[in-house]
Amino acid sequence: MSDQPQTARGLTALDGAISLIAILLVVQMWLLTATLEAYLAGHVEVATPGVVLSGLLFAASFGFYRSIVTIDRAASGEDEA
Amino acid sequence: MKLWRDEFSIETAHERYVARRQFGKFLVLTSFGMFVGNVWILVKSWFRRDEVFPRTLVGRASEIPKGGVKLFTYPGPQHPCLLFHTQSDRFVAYSQKCTHLSCAVIPAADGKRIECPCHHGFFSIEDGRVLQGPPPRPLPRILLERQGDELWAFGVDQGGNPSVDSRVQG
Repeated sequence: MSDQPQTARGLTALDGAISLIAILLVVQMWLLTATLEAYLAGHVEVATPGVVLSGLLFAASFGFYRSIVTIDRAASGEDEA
Repeated sequence: MKLWRDEFSIETAHERYVARRQFGKFLVLTSFGMFVGNVWILVKSWFRRDEVFPRTLVGRASEIPKGGVKLFTYPGPQHPCLLFHTQSDRFVAYSQKCTHLSCAVIPAADGKRIECPCHHGFFSIEDGRVLQGPPPRPLPRILLERQGDELWAFGVDQGGNPSVDSRVQG
């Protein structure tokens, strides 16, 4: 029971990281639909910035995911196992 | 820690953590899917830049009376288009696919608009812009050129270049 505060902190951090990934994902979904709409309207010049921005959002999501795994393992004490 | 223990946790306390981790993994995979979608659009746009349209005879000015319309296909047989001789004595042509859900558009009864009967979208017959309804974009314009009595199509403007005037004086 002594590691309960650490677990609680870990869970809060996990919730925060997952929420951030979810927000980034919503932005990325909007970006994809906006880029597709512009492409269909003949504005092909928006495709390159769309890819760059989407790649950055994916990289950020992946970074947060890596932090989730790290925090999760620390909070659950798997590293000690 | 073995991989199978990551994926199939035995202890109930760990199950909660693993479920969150799995959810995070799902979100990141979806994010990757969005990124792939953007890359796909980029690749498609490269091919669109190099697209070459054929030069095709689509009709004769004398065979379409003022206010009349003619159906033709351009650039291929699977792309139906409408050629109008407008009340302002101009020839204009548009793709017949509505930009909402690709229903076939038809001339409206008033002769001044193009109507999509599926969801009551209306386009201007003069420049193809959306006047009313759910269509998000103007109708793609077929670029026309007149040589004597002959009307030739030589390209498609998806609406990205407002300076392009595809109308041909009657």
